[in-house]
Amino acid sequence: MDYNVNVRVKPDNTGVETANVKMSMNPFDEIAVEEAIRLKEAGTATEVVVVSMGEKKCQETIRTALAMGADRGILVETDDELEPLAVAKILKGIVEKESPDMVFLGKQAIDGDNAQTGQMLAALLDWPQGTFASKVELADGGVNVTREVDGGLQTLKLSLPAIVTSDLRLNEPRYASLPNIMKAKKKPLETVTPADFGVDTAARVKVLKVEEPAKRQAGIKVATVSELVDKLKNEAKVV
Amino acid sequence: MSVLVIAEHDNASIKDATLNTVTAAKELGDVTVLVAGNGCAAAGEAASKIDGVVKVLVADDAAYDHEIAENMSTLVVSLAGDFTHILAPATANGRNFMPRIAALLDVAQISDIVKVESADTFVRPIYAGNAMATVQTSDAKKIITVRTTGFDAAATEGGSAAVESVAAAGCSGKSTLIGEELSKSERPELTSAKVVISGGRGMGNGENFQLLEKVADKLGAAIGASRAAVDAGFVPNDLQVGQTGKIVAPELYIAVGISGAIQHLAGMKDSKVIVAINKDEEAPIFQVADYGLVADLFEAVPELEKELG
Repeated sequence: MDYNVNVRVKPDNTGVETANVKMSMNPFDEIAVEEAIRLKEAGTATEVVVVSMGEKKCQETIRTALAMGADRGILVETDDELEPLAVAKILKGIVEKESPDMVFLGKQAIDGDNAQTGQMLAALLDWPQGTFASKVELADGGVNVTREVDGGLQTLKLSLPAIVTSDLRLNEPRYASLPNIMKAKKKPLETVTPADFGVDTAARVKVLKVEEPAKRQAGIKVATVSELVDKLKNEAKVV
Repeated sequence: MSVLVIAEHDNASIKDATLNTVTAAKELGDVTVLVAGNGCAAAGEAASKIDGVVKVLVADDAAYDHEIAENMSTLVVSLAGDFTHILAPATANGRNFMPRIAALLDVAQISDIVKVESADTFVRPIYAGNAMATVQTSDAKKIITVRTTGFDAAATEGGSAAVESVAAAGCSGKSTLIGEELSKSERPELTSAKVVISGGRGMGNGENFQLLEKVADKLGAAIGASRAAVDAGFVPNDLQVGQTGKIVAPELYIAVGISGAIQHLAGMKDSKVIVAINKDEEAPIFQVADYGLVADLFEAVPELEKELG
């Protein structure tokens, strides 16, 4: 779902409204795609392959990445809702087939807000992980990843092959130009299924219900700073 | 049920985020706390005093310096056999190593829970906190990260848990720390502060954050920021409050020059009292603010400091 959309919970509490809602590439994934394309432009990467999983319309997301500059796409087509663990298992299959030196993912998807897939893929492959990356630099046979951590920044040196998940400040993704969007239509896009990798996509986690969060009471406007301080002291009693 | 909580610590003491996680864990069963670090005996002692903790495991080895995910996950997997639930706070560290542990154990992870319904059912926010999902896992072992603002902190006194050392589980050698750049601050930690004052794009530049610092000094507050303020380079990234930054729920949150985008609200809308100071009376922040002041922050904030005496 597009990041500007105001999410509406369905009246029957089975999920959120997705019909006729604007969809777009997850913002963190755009940053991941951009970083991979920059490595190719710098002459360090030879090929950028993009993968997406889901319904047939995920093709559009892959085409967007191809228009940004990726070389080819792989759509893992399924109507099942994939959990991060299943996504990681399928990606493992693709990595084993394609043998890349690095895999870039977004640090989290802004719908599920799980922030798991990159770490799970790293675990399954027994590769090192550089999560929440704000800077990626190839250096003597490895990769230095600067990570956004709670107290500031931390830089790790990872051996290759490695997994990197992108934070917001890693880069500024480019817009695809119209000629590149046209060219992207001719780039190869292969379709596979989870079964091709022998991955069981059955859900481990069942969503029992989805509800609106508690609504906040509408507040009041105060006219002056002294009125504000008075309210905070005597009404809300928080200062 | 027996529950393992992976502690966040600085080798000497246990961080607040762990205390909230222990409260969540107590709802599930007997709580064991794992303190893994390099020279972390004092933190192990501190963990043994947390109210409700029955056992503390200490893994003291250079491999656990800075909680490197590759090494932490191997250690936790080696200890996992005895536990039905493994919990960590949803901090940058917990979010880094927990999914790795889950995958190694071949179980799903439940991220960022705000409520325990039962041993297998939990409530967690999705879509930047715009919906709350109640989820039930069918996995035998539950791997969970805890949104710390969803649970009260356990008391740091009153416990008398036995402390046991556990063997290190080796070093992957695939990931090494080569540098750190941590913000130094005398102020309370953002995620556990009782009062937070945050600035947005409206602050104009980094120097102007000094206006907020003066108010923060009077209130004993932590300083936060919107993504716009961080991206503009006004303040470092670790001050960012929001969906992709820190989640806070203080007694009082003062938003200054912040419009109130969905992604920012995701990080602060569970605050008890929200104050907004913004010159744009249409700003969405006023829809969640208990007290709104439509004013130029450059006049209002110094006045606020003066009024607070």
